[in-house]
Amino acid sequence: MALTAYSQAGSEGEAKRRLGILLSRPLSAVGRAVINWVNILGSATVFLIRSLVKPSRPKQLSKIVNQIYYIGAKSTTIIMLVSVFTGMVLGLQSYHALVTFGAQGAVGTLVSLSLIRELGPVLTAIMITARAGSATTAEIGIQRISEQIDALHTMRIDPLRHLISPRISAAIISFPILTTVFDLIGMVGGYISSVVLLGLNPGVYFHSIQANVDMKDITDGLIKTVVFAVIVATVCCYQGYFAHMRKDSHGAKAVGLATTSAVVISCVLILVSDYVVTSLLI
Amino acid sequence: MNTPLIEFQNVTKRFGEQLVLDAVNLKIYEGEVTTIIGLSGAGKSVLLKHIIGLIKPDEGAIFFRGKPVSKMKRKEINEALAQMSYMFQGNALFDSLTVYDNIALPLLETTNLKKAEIDRRVMARIEQTELTEAVKRFPSELSGGMQKRAALARALITDPRIVLFDEPTTGQDPVRKNAILSMIAQYQRKFGFTAILVSHEIPDVYFISNRVLALYERKIVFQGTPEELENFDHPFNDEVISSLEALQKELTGLYSKRQFKVLNHAQLKRRTHGEPYSVVVFTLVDVNSIIANLGPDIVHEAIRRMCLYIDKHFGIIGGFSTRFNTSEIVTMLPHSDIAEAQGILDDFVKDFEGQSINDVWNWAGARRLATMAGPVRFTIVAGIAEGQPVTKIETVVTSAKASQKEIWTATICRGGVNI
Repeated sequence: MALTAYSQAGSEGEAKRRLGILLSRPLSAVGRAVINWVNILGSATVFLIRSLVKPSRPKQLSKIVNQIYYIGAKSTTIIMLVSVFTGMVLGLQSYHALVTFGAQGAVGTLVSLSLIRELGPVLTAIMITARAGSATTAEIGIQRISEQIDALHTMRIDPLRHLISPRISAAIISFPILTTVFDLIGMVGGYISSVVLLGLNPGVYFHSIQANVDMKDITDGLIKTVVFAVIVATVCCYQGYFAHMRKDSHGAKAVGLATTSAVVISCVLILVSDYVVTSLLI
Repeated sequence: MNTPLIEFQNVTKRFGEQLVLDAVNLKIYEGEVTTIIGLSGAGKSVLLKHIIGLIKPDEGAIFFRGKPVSKMKRKEINEALAQMSYMFQGNALFDSLTVYDNIALPLLETTNLKKAEIDRRVMARIEQTELTEAVKRFPSELSGGMQKRAALARALITDPRIVLFDEPTTGQDPVRKNAILSMIAQYQRKFGFTAILVSHEIPDVYFISNRVLALYERKIVFQGTPEELENFDHPFNDEVISSLEALQKELTGLYSKRQFKVLNHAQLKRRTHGEPYSVVVFTLVDVNSIIANLGPDIVHEAIRRMCLYIDKHFGIIGGFSTRFNTSEIVTMLPHSDIAEAQGILDDFVKDFEGQSINDVWNWAGARRLATMAGPVRFTIVAGIAEGQPVTKIETVVTSAKASQKEIWTATICRGGVNI
């Protein structure tokens, strides 16, 4: 009898222990994920700082110019294409929305402020991530798995200075320029749809832009682009640089997954940081 | 003995659960060629990467010139690394750079040399590694062998004091394989650097190695000279050396010195007094002059072809040969007296004269006309001596060398081959 009671108490204790484990498992998973994220964040921050503080030398300039050409100049066409249609659709939508209230004169303001404050910086950053960021991750990832980065170490060439620093510098220079191009071409797109196609007075369109766009709008937009540049360049370079340390895969597959991660993380961080920076600047 | 240049004390390395190096102890001395041998996946490359600091040990200590690396200041570590160069097993060439740019990269990035000086040094290395045609090509456009040579040129461009070669001859044809080993040995003598090689090319690497380290089951089980390794009684010898030597025999018809000794001993044990054996010693004369004019690969090719002919004629009557040094081959004829050996040698000479002229021209003359300073003479001398089972083979070899006479000669000049 006593033995049975003891046995029952034992099985109840075991059941409670199992229940506890079952309930704590999701919490443990969340905890692990958070710790992992904090680790990555810390590591990426150190990576960024170490890349930026490398002393600049005249030899770095040509590498930066090369990267500006690759990240900036070669992205111009796609940026112009995206911006013109973004501007056109903005012009179209705002014209039809405002004409109901007889406020179509504000189309220029709506198009220009939308572009300068939000869409220009965000869409430019996303487009560069898709075009140049992914390629950067793949390139650095392949260099990593084929021991080219190790080879730099053995030659006493600092990989951060040789590979990463020029890319981050080039991104910081290219992003504001491309965003400005995006904004200008976007406003031309808005002009095409609202003035050329829908018959809005061109003077009204340009006057509303001139009257309502402040210098602060432009500088806020450009501050965002610099933040996005640092985020995109760091995330894409970091993912490629540490592609060999991925736990989910190895070799070429690791590079592929690193590239996917770089694009996804960059896009998410662009949108999250957009909100944070906007709330700080507004 | 001197303080070792590099010393490992109980170095252990794990990758996750996998133990790769288990309390490894080794010593590498300055100015020597040290070769690390072992089976694939034994951890040789991992060991090499510990030396250059690409991998840190989990346990144990690494000493550089007697000083523990873990206690060295960053500046001291950088100074030590500045003396080293590393040639990767997979070459690690930058695929977006041309061969020229790959080789020039260390000079461009780590020195303040002027462009003209960099150009001069790079072109010199490119010529030495026979990559002149590939200067403007990208690594992906090169054969595996050419990529290897480009990596070798890059490793040597900074004239390092310590060079680590991770399987430098993998993927090379026999001629270039020997040429690379010769180049390493030649440069090592010329510049006096310390060479640390990982290689499977047994026994070829023995000719250029001062010391051999054997990595077996995650530990260094042997450290010593190649000669000492031949007498090393350990499962490593059966599993690794013997299998590699068997392959070498199939490819060239030559036995290693160790196999030669074992075979010789076994043959002589069965003989009774009065049953003579013969030894023939072949030498390619004035090898240094041929190397200077035509390059080391031509010498190796000439020796290789000579070996094939020796095996063809002497192997059929139970003869077996080994390469004693870069230019000398010793053939043992366990069942032949001196008269029979002389008869076979005469047949060998006739056959060699008849068929080897085109070979020599194709390999040596036609390829190197442009760089030849003047006529180059190939001379082979051979000597025969007879011994008894009680006579030491070394004594018979010495007698055979003393009786060497010219058996074949050819001069390569711009007009062709003169016999």
